[in-house]
Amino acid sequence: MNPVQETSTTGPARTASAVAARAESLTKVYGRGEARVVALDAVDVAFPRGAFTAIMGPSGSGKSTLMHCMAGLDAATSGRAWIGDVELSGLGDARLTALRRDSVGFVFQSFNLLPTLTAAENITLPLDLAGRRVEQEWLDTVIDAVGLQGRLSHRPSELSGGQQQRVACARALAGRPEIVFADEPTGNLDSRSGADVLRFLRSSVREMGQTVVMVTHDPVAASYADEVLFLADGRVVDSLAAPSADGVLERMKALDPRGGA
Amino acid sequence: MRRVVWRNLLAHKVRLALSGLAVVLGVAFVAGTLVFTDTLERTFTALFESTTADVDVSAERAFEPTGAPGGAPPQPLDAALAGQIAAVDGVASATGYVQSPGVYVIGPDGKVVATGGAPGIGTGWDPAEGLGMTLTAGRAPAARDEVVLDEATAERTGYGIGDTVELLTPGPRLSATVVGTLRFGESGGLAGASLVAFDTATAQELLAAPGTFHGVSVQAADGVGREELAERVDAALGEGLAVATREEASEKRTEQLAESLGFIDVFLLVFAGIALFVGSFIILNTFSMLVAQRTRELALLRALGASRRQVTGSVLAEALVLAVLGSTAGLLLGLAVAAGLRWAFGRVGLTLDGSLVVAPRTVVAAYAVGVLVTVLAAYLPARRAAKVPPVAALRDDHAMPDGSLRRRTRAGAVLGVAGGTALVAGTALDDAPATLVLLGSLALVVAAIALSPVLARPFLRVAGAALPRIWGPAGRLARENALRNPRRTAATASALMVGVALVTGFSIIGQSANASIGSAVAERMRSDFIVSSAVTQPFSPQVAEEVRGLDGVASVGVARLGFVELDGEPTMLFGVDETTGDDVFALDVIAGQGGAPADGQLLVDADLARDRGWEVGETVAVRGVNGEQRELELRGIYETAPSVGPALLPLATLGELGGEPLDRWVFVQLAEGAGAGAVREAVEAVVADHPIVSVKDMGEFVQEQQGQVAQLLMIINAMLVLSVLIAVLGIVNTLALSVLERTREVGLLRAVGMARRQLRRTIRLEAVLIALFGAVLGLGLGLVFGVGLVSVLDGQGIDELAVPGGRLAVLLAVSALVGVLAAAWPAHRASRMPVLRALATAQ
Ligand SMILES: Nc1ncnc2c1ncn2[C@@H]1O[C@H](COP(=O)(O)OP(=O)(O)O)[C@@H](O)[C@H]1O
Ligand SMILES: [Mg+2]
Repeated sequence: MNPVQETSTTGPARTASAVAARAESLTKVYGRGEARVVALDAVDVAFPRGAFTAIMGPSGSGKSTLMHCMAGLDAATSGRAWIGDVELSGLGDARLTALRRDSVGFVFQSFNLLPTLTAAENITLPLDLAGRRVEQEWLDTVIDAVGLQGRLSHRPSELSGGQQQRVACARALAGRPEIVFADEPTGNLDSRSGADVLRFLRSSVREMGQTVVMVTHDPVAASYADEVLFLADGRVVDSLAAPSADGVLERMKALDPRGGA
Repeated sequence: MRRVVWRNLLAHKVRLALSGLAVVLGVAFVAGTLVFTDTLERTFTALFESTTADVDVSAERAFEPTGAPGGAPPQPLDAALAGQIAAVDGVASATGYVQSPGVYVIGPDGKVVATGGAPGIGTGWDPAEGLGMTLTAGRAPAARDEVVLDEATAERTGYGIGDTVELLTPGPRLSATVVGTLRFGESGGLAGASLVAFDTATAQELLAAPGTFHGVSVQAADGVGREELAERVDAALGEGLAVATREEASEKRTEQLAESLGFIDVFLLVFAGIALFVGSFIILNTFSMLVAQRTRELALLRALGASRRQVTGSVLAEALVLAVLGSTAGLLLGLAVAAGLRWAFGRVGLTLDGSLVVAPRTVVAAYAVGVLVTVLAAYLPARRAAKVPPVAALRDDHAMPDGSLRRRTRAGAVLGVAGGTALVAGTALDDAPATLVLLGSLALVVAAIALSPVLARPFLRVAGAALPRIWGPAGRLARENALRNPRRTAATASALMVGVALVTGFSIIGQSANASIGSAVAERMRSDFIVSSAVTQPFSPQVAEEVRGLDGVASVGVARLGFVELDGEPTMLFGVDETTGDDVFALDVIAGQGGAPADGQLLVDADLARDRGWEVGETVAVRGVNGEQRELELRGIYETAPSVGPALLPLATLGELGGEPLDRWVFVQLAEGAGAGAVREAVEAVVADHPIVSVKDMGEFVQEQQGQVAQLLMIINAMLVLSVLIAVLGIVNTLALSVLERTREVGLLRAVGMARRQLRRTIRLEAVLIALFGAVLGLGLGLVFGVGLVSVLDGQGIDELAVPGGRLAVLLAVSALVGVLAAAWPAHRASRMPVLRALATAQ
């Protein structure tokens, strides 16, 4: 474990529990009548602290929905979800906002950065929003790890897709959140840029003690994780610890006879 | 968050400049009005304070006549009073003075030197008077045919010492030699007024009466304060005299002046109000679009932990920065507006001296108004911004959830019905207050704004139906684009709608007033020729006297304007002689007898009689400005006729009550068989000596009477220009933004082969559609509003409804043109967009 984290006082209160986020029979239904779609069907899941978890599944299996509901971006139809010890259901907008700001980091597939802010400003944005002081030492560590020195004063439009995504990763970690959710962070990147991002996410878990949950449909990306959960039709149908790309591919094929996500 | 706000502002400079312009214009009018008013007031205060008398004594007026053009004439005082005052302890000197309006200089071109509404003042020359005059060249006037002119008038006319100058006085026309020039006060500024000094005896004879003065200026002995001196003089004198210190006197005069120039403020402030009201739509619109365009950004902020309050705050903060910048620019532009007004007034003779006065109040008002309007207008969009759900950042279909229009429509419908009911009730019921109609109209305006998105669809469908047939795909796209976001189309059109509604309403009122005056004058007065002055300045009775002696003239009637108190209420009315009362005025007598009031009688109109509950035969107490009292018998009551006024007195009675012995109108009736042309020529020869007086036949006279309405119509025209200008800004703004929003689409259209010209046409047609929508809504509202108000003004002299159809058609055409104009720049921009870059644009 990273000593910096243990001496941290400005981060969110750490709980003793070994689970960073979990859900109990989490259900999300979109639409009604003919258009009714059960995106999540009573999902039970727990993300261990200090672990890198990947979520896989065919397109439309509910991966993004699970992430949104567990991160407090969207409200579940029924069921319960926790970030640390805080239960999301029943939280008002103000509490949810504060929770997102202080305890959750996000990396999205695209449109991750505010176009008018520089890279450095984008990275510290959640801290600025919270009115929190920037922990310079930690920030330097993060920026170092994503390899963005020298690019900090650039606007997103002046950065490559991979660089933009690394800025987004740095932003997600800048506030030392309880958990980082990343939705297909490499989906728009070429394999080299993707590998940079994935390496960074893995090192943030291994070396900085962070917790990361990543949605992906790429077996190679999933192989960076400590554990892979497989989703199909809104249900967790399988899991695989210490995955290899080939192993993941095997399971995927078993899930979806048509092969792939 | 502050940084986000700041960066957004910088990233959208053009958009900001556009919506900022609306604020700038509104604030500029507010600031310009205040600066101009203050400058005006400072000029006059300085002018009035130039008098050096410590204490001024004048005849006390029984009451202050209101609405008198150029103020009421001074009342004469006995010359012996000066000696009486000089004997009071503490008085160093007391000098009687003569000073009165009514003396005009005729320039070398034979025309009266314009004073821009300021009086042409005649005065007696006496350096001891303490009126603040100093001789700057030549010598004092010493004989009847010698005068001293003020420097500004001398300069304007080119008259120098030794020149002969023609003068109009309340009495005879005069020819005199200029023997010197004088300066008034320190600056010499007279605010356009002209000053002619005679020797005291001549001044008394011309302007007062021999042996009388208009006032006495008193100088204090050393060590006696003005207040104290005033008290002592007051104590020593009898009743009926007004004693004022220098400060009191100048304050009172300034106040009177402010009152008579108040209408300028009102008009300017109405402009400001319109600019701000219309401008607030543009701001609302801009910020709505800004929020819609930035949905993803706002959602990202929310996902990253920005609270609702922070998001609302960021939008409001942008508005605030815009407001402060706009108000600052508006304040500066306001100075230019004030300078322009000063120049315009200078052109007509009202010269304001010195620099513009920027009072702290002006600065505060400019910022307060600018900030308030902008922030209020941005509030709704800011609230909507806060409702962006965080997931919106992550979904591709990131359109702002466009709340249903149902609530808005329902509220609009309820307001519309309520407003319509109020309007109908207000116009149908006799005793309904005018506020009912105003409130009803206001409710209708708000209802129209609320309903406009719903109305936009059917209107655009119908009005745009022909577009595809005429212009092919460009036409179809234009219609679809306008239809795509009815809210936005409606909001853009609203800016124009408000302007058009106002102009339509006022045009109807103006036109109706014109028609009403025309028929009122033509119906109520029967005269072959009318002699009147163009500058509402009464003229010498000599004119009537001379005309009476002409061949071919059967009779001559005169009417004089005067101020009296009728049972305690100051009233402006006419004094008439028998000819006027019997033959010229054709009144509908409701009760009692018509015709000229005999000595001891008066006539009043129906409204006045009803208000006071007077009946024929009753005795009415009348008091003049000179304090004289009469008990007059009510001879008859006539149907209210604005051209005749609320009451008629016998000419002699008005004179006894302190009315000026000067004529306002002289009516000339032809003898049977006399040639109209010949008589007119003869009358014209008589008035040739009186440059401000002219002869008119009935038609010309009606036109002259309508002159004031013509002025009103001119102001309405100015309003049209202003609201059109702001509406153009609004449409430019919305179009530019929606083009920006459709960058990718534009790229696609161009990629698949749309020519630049077609693209420009699409945008232009969309603008015209939106503009026409606004104009049609505005015309409808304006019609309702105008017709309603005209029916309420029934009693106030507007009893005929006239709709200026041609004018309204022009308005519609101008609105369409507004669309074309407004589209020019956005269309140009869109057509210049490089195709590949447009296609690659994110979002
Ligand atoms: N806003 C929405 N409205 C209706 N249906 C939705 C919405 N979002 C997602 N869905 C549906 O829910 C299911 C799961 O979607 P999602 O979680 O995005 O899948 P994944 O990320 O695994 O591809 C899909 O069938 C999708 O069509
Ligand atoms: Mg997904």
